[in-house]
Amino acid sequence: MANIITGAEALIQSLLNQGVDTAFVYPGGNIIRVFDSLFSHQSDLKQILVRHEQGATHAAQGYARISGKPGVAIVTSGPGATNTLTGISDAMLDSTPIVVIAGQVGTDALGTDAFQEIDLVGVTQPITKWSYQIRRAQDISWAVARAFYIAQSGRPGPVVLDFTKTAQNETVDYSPEKIDFVRSYIPSPEPDMSEIEAAARLIDCSTRPLVLVGHGVELGNAENELKAFIEKADAPAARTLLGLSALPSGHPLNMGMLGMHGNLAPNVMTNRCDLLIAVGMRFDDRVTSAVDSYARQAKIIHLDIDKSEFGKNVKPDVTVLGDCRRTLALITERISRTCHKEWIKEFKPLAQKEHEKVIDHAINPGEGPLLMGEVVNAIAMQAPSDAALVTDVGLNQMFAARYFKYSVPRSIITSGGLGTMGFSLPAAIGATFGDQERMVFSFQGDGGFQMNMQELGTIMETGAPVKIIVMNNSYLGNVRQWQQMMFESRYSCTHMTSPDISMIAGAYGIPFRRVMDRRELAQAISDMIAAPGAFILETIVLDEENVMPMIPGHEPVDHMIFTIDEKWR
Amino acid sequence: MMEKTLYTLIVHSENIAGVLNQVTAVFTRRQVNIESLNVSASSIQGIHRYTITAWSDKDTIEKIVSQIEKKVDVLQCRYFTDDEIFMQEVALYKVVTSVLIDSPAMNDIIRKYGAKLIEVNQTFSVIEKTGSTHDIMALNEELTAQGGMLQFVSSGRIAITRARIEHVNEYLEKISSQYGIKNL
Ligand SMILES: Cc1ncc(C[n+]2csc(CCOP(=O)(O)OP(=O)(O)O)c2C)c(N)n1
Ligand SMILES: [Mg+2]
Repeated sequence: MANIITGAEALIQSLLNQGVDTAFVYPGGNIIRVFDSLFSHQSDLKQILVRHEQGATHAAQGYARISGKPGVAIVTSGPGATNTLTGISDAMLDSTPIVVIAGQVGTDALGTDAFQEIDLVGVTQPITKWSYQIRRAQDISWAVARAFYIAQSGRPGPVVLDFTKTAQNETVDYSPEKIDFVRSYIPSPEPDMSEIEAAARLIDCSTRPLVLVGHGVELGNAENELKAFIEKADAPAARTLLGLSALPSGHPLNMGMLGMHGNLAPNVMTNRCDLLIAVGMRFDDRVTSAVDSYARQAKIIHLDIDKSEFGKNVKPDVTVLGDCRRTLALITERISRTCHKEWIKEFKPLAQKEHEKVIDHAINPGEGPLLMGEVVNAIAMQAPSDAALVTDVGLNQMFAARYFKYSVPRSIITSGGLGTMGFSLPAAIGATFGDQERMVFSFQGDGGFQMNMQELGTIMETGAPVKIIVMNNSYLGNVRQWQQMMFESRYSCTHMTSPDISMIAGAYGIPFRRVMDRRELAQAISDMIAAPGAFILETIVLDEENVMPMIPGHEPVDHMIFTIDEKWR
Repeated sequence: MMEKTLYTLIVHSENIAGVLNQVTAVFTRRQVNIESLNVSASSIQGIHRYTITAWSDKDTIEKIVSQIEKKVDVLQCRYFTDDEIFMQEVALYKVVTSVLIDSPAMNDIIRKYGAKLIEVNQTFSVIEKTGSTHDIMALNEELTAQGGMLQFVSSGRIAITRARIEHVNEYLEKISSQYGIKNL
C-alpha cells in the first residue's frame, strides 16, 4: 500500500524508524515544514526546545554520551546551522554520535546567496564523519538510515543532513529503510590473528606492563573485557580524561588519570614501564606532553578501531586493529595468567607522594576559603554511586575529573578534544534525557556558566533535573593559572565580575544555594541531592587556586611539578 | 627532516559530490602541496579515480593516505613511488603558425620529442606531447626559444600500477565475501 507523505513527515518517520525518542530542536523558516510535522508527533517524539542551537548540539552530545544512542538536533538553515558548528566539532573530536538536521533553502535557490543560505555541507565536511545534502524527498529514507549507521558504527562521530525545503515539501511514497553496510566504509575491521598473537607474545614477555584506557573502551562497551584482560595480565591501568569511567575508580589495578593534570604515578610510570598497551586512546598531546621523550624505553601495543590513529602521534611496535571488545577478549585468551606484584608496588610511593604534596590539602584544607577539590570531593562522597559527572572546561573540569568517583561506565561527560567552555550545562540537560534514572551533576566555572546559561530556560521549561555546581573563583581560572606561570601574573582579561547568580536562578525558578563556609557545604550538598529537580549550588572558592600537579608544556610526562613556581630541573 | 620523494596517490571513491574537497583538505591540513591532480572514471562503473602527486616524506604520506582512506565515501587510497607505476602526462602548445613554417628547427624539435601537430591554421598551430614532466618541460623550453609561443598547458599525471593484483578489485571482492553481498 502506498504511503504518500511530505518529505518533512518522511524525515520524522525515518527518525522514529531509527528508534529516536528525543530531539533537541530550534525552529526557523527553512525548517518550518518539519516543525509542522513534529506538531503531530508530540506523543511519540519528545521535542526539547533549547534556547540556542549550540545548546541543541551539546544536549545531543550529552544524550549520546550517557545512553550510547545517537543524539539528534533539528535546527533551521543559516544562523541556526552555524550555531551548531561548535557542538559538531566537539562531537568529531570526542567521537560522539550525533545527527544534526538543518533546514536549507529550496534547490532552485541554492548557490544564490538566498536568505539564510550557507553552504552547510562545505562548511561541515571537515568537522563531520559524513555530511549530506538531501535534495529530493525520495532520498530521505536512505539518507537518514545512512546517517544513523555512520554516526554510531565503528568510531562514532557527528553526521549532518542539510535538508532542502524542496525535499521537505515534496511528497514521497515513503517506506522505512535500514542500512548496515556501506561498501566504501569498514567501520569495524575483522581482527587479524597475527596481530593478536604478536600482542599476546609481547604481553607475556613483559615484566612492567602499563595499560592506557581510553574512551574507545567505553564506546566499544568493552569494560568487562578490559577488566578481564588487566586482571589476567595483572597489569596496572591508567585512564585518559575521557576514559575515566571505563574502569571503576576503586579497581585495585586502577592507577589514576593520565596527562597534564593527571596523577603522578601513571605519568611517571609511562616512562618506566617496559610495555605500554594503549586501548582505544589516541595519544593526544595533553596525554603525551613531549612526544619525543614519551615512553622511549617501552614497547608499545596500540589497539584501536581507527587505523588512521596508528602512528599518528606515537609509533607503535604492534598494532591491533578492530573493535576492542573483541580484540581484548582474543588477547586475553592467549596470554598466560601472571603476577606483577613488585611492579605494581612501585606505583604506591608515587601515589603517596601526590597525596602528601597535593591531594590531602586539596580535598581537606581545614581553613581558608573553599577549594574546588574539596567541593568535588564532598559531592562525590554524597552522590549516588551511579551518578554522572558532566564538566565544563577549565580548572573546574580538571578538579572535577580528578576528585569525582566513577563506579559505572558512561559516568564522565566532558569536552576533551575541543575543550569547549559552555559545554556542561546543555550536555547535562541532554544527559538527563538520555538516562532518566541516573543523577546528573554539572560542574561549571563562573566563566563557562555564562557561556550557555540561556539553557536554564530549557531546564525551567522541561524540568530537567540537573544538579548544577558553579565553582566561582571570579576568574577565568585556567588561563589565569597560565598567566601566573608564564607571564609573571599579568592577568590580562581573566578577572571576571559575575552577576548575582541567585537572581538568575530566581528568574528561572530554580532552587539555589550559595556556600562560602565549609561548615555549610555538606548540608547544602545534601539539600541539592534531595531536591526533587534541578538545583544550583554556587560555591565561592579560592580566587587564585591552581590545579596541581602539572606537566609543564613540552616537558616529558614524568616531569610533574607540584607548585606553580617549581621549575623542573 | 626526512627526505622528500614525489609520491603518486591513487584514490578510488564513490561518485558523490564533495569527495574531492575532502581529499584535498587532508593535504592542506598536513601542509603538503598537491603537485598535480587528475580525476576520472575508473574501470569500475560508478567509481571515480583520483591520481594525485605530492612531494613528501614517507611518514607524512602514510598519514595522509590513512586519513584519506578514513573518509566514508573513499573506497581505497594507496601510494606509490615512480618505479611502481606507469605514468603519463599530456601537454598542449599553441604557437604562431608563421614561426612553425619559417623556422627550420621546428620540425626537428617536434619529431625529436615524438610530439604531433593536431591543428594547423593560418594564425596558429597546436602541438600535442605525451610523456614525462621532464620531456614536456624540455619541449616547452625548446619551443619557447624558437619564439611565437602563445599558450602552454600540461595535464596532471595519470598513472597505472605495475602490480599484478588490482587493489580495488581485491578490496571489493574481500568485502563482498566478508559481508555476503553479491552486488556491491
Ligand atoms: C569557548 C571557549 N573559549 C575560550 C576557552 C579558553 N579557556 C580555557 S579554560 C578558560 C577559563 C575558564 O574559566 P571558568 O569557566 O571560570 O573556569 P575556571 O578555570 O575558573 O574553573 C578559558 C577562557 C575555551 N576553552 N573555550
Ligand atoms: Mg572561574
